[in-house]
Amino acid sequence: MNIGFENLDRLLVVKIDGDIDHHSCEAIRSSIDKEIAKKKPKSILFDMENVNFMDSSGIGVLIGRYKLISGNGGKAGMTNVKPQVMRLCEICGLQKIIKVYPNKKQAIASIKEC
Amino acid sequence: MKIDNEMKLEFLSKSQNESFARSVVAAFVAQLDPTIEELAEVKTAVSEAVTNAIIHGYSHKTGNVVIIARIIGNTVEIEIRDFGEGIADIELARQPLYTSKPELERSGMGFTVMETFMDRVEIQSHQGEGTVIRMVKTMKTA
Repeated sequence: MNIGFENLDRLLVVKIDGDIDHHSCEAIRSSIDKEIAKKKPKSILFDMENVNFMDSSGIGVLIGRYKLISGNGGKAGMTNVKPQVMRLCEICGLQKIIKVYPNKKQAIASIKEC
Repeated sequence: MKIDNEMKLEFLSKSQNESFARSVVAAFVAQLDPTIEELAEVKTAVSEAVTNAIIHGYSHKTGNVVIIARIIGNTVEIEIRDFGEGIADIELARQPLYTSKPELERSGMGFTVMETFMDRVEIQSHQGEGTVIRMVKTMKTA
């Protein structure tokens, strides 16, 4: 499991590389929360290009980070979501609270406008 | 009903085994020539059931999780069994967004995901004895 961070002004782009399940979610949660505490971003974008598998444990992690960011008035978004991961997001209604963008460029432009 | 093929997998309730378990079942189901979508659905449902066994069945200890999968025609039957605490109220556990462990940021969507991705999900549980989740899915393209 690798997690990459990119700080664009006050937008934190999180690129997760690997499966998101109960086993990996604690490391993902702790790594993102450390970065949020350090860089204090306003908004967050999850780049899911390298996530080929996610179960409902991942939904819990994403909603948890959304709550952290939105509590301070920021926005959360996702991009490059694979169809099989998107299906899970739809079942859980995640895309209603974390907006899904077709690509990173559009996501960054849209979130920064807010 | 004639069983065409069967497998059994037993492993410790360690979270490292979640990926192993769903990959093994997916490899077994692959002989039905499922679509990528069907295979992803089976993998996700297995991951949810195994996670339940680890987090809820054996919350404070380690035990064994047993998976039996059978192929009957175009259908796969998957049984995931733990010998842990059992579920006190199955109907409540099946409710979307219900979680007995909100402190762990659980989404409470595990059973909803299993029920959506599989054709049938049955739960049998006895407190102090464990839980069995049986899931059935027929591959449309096989």
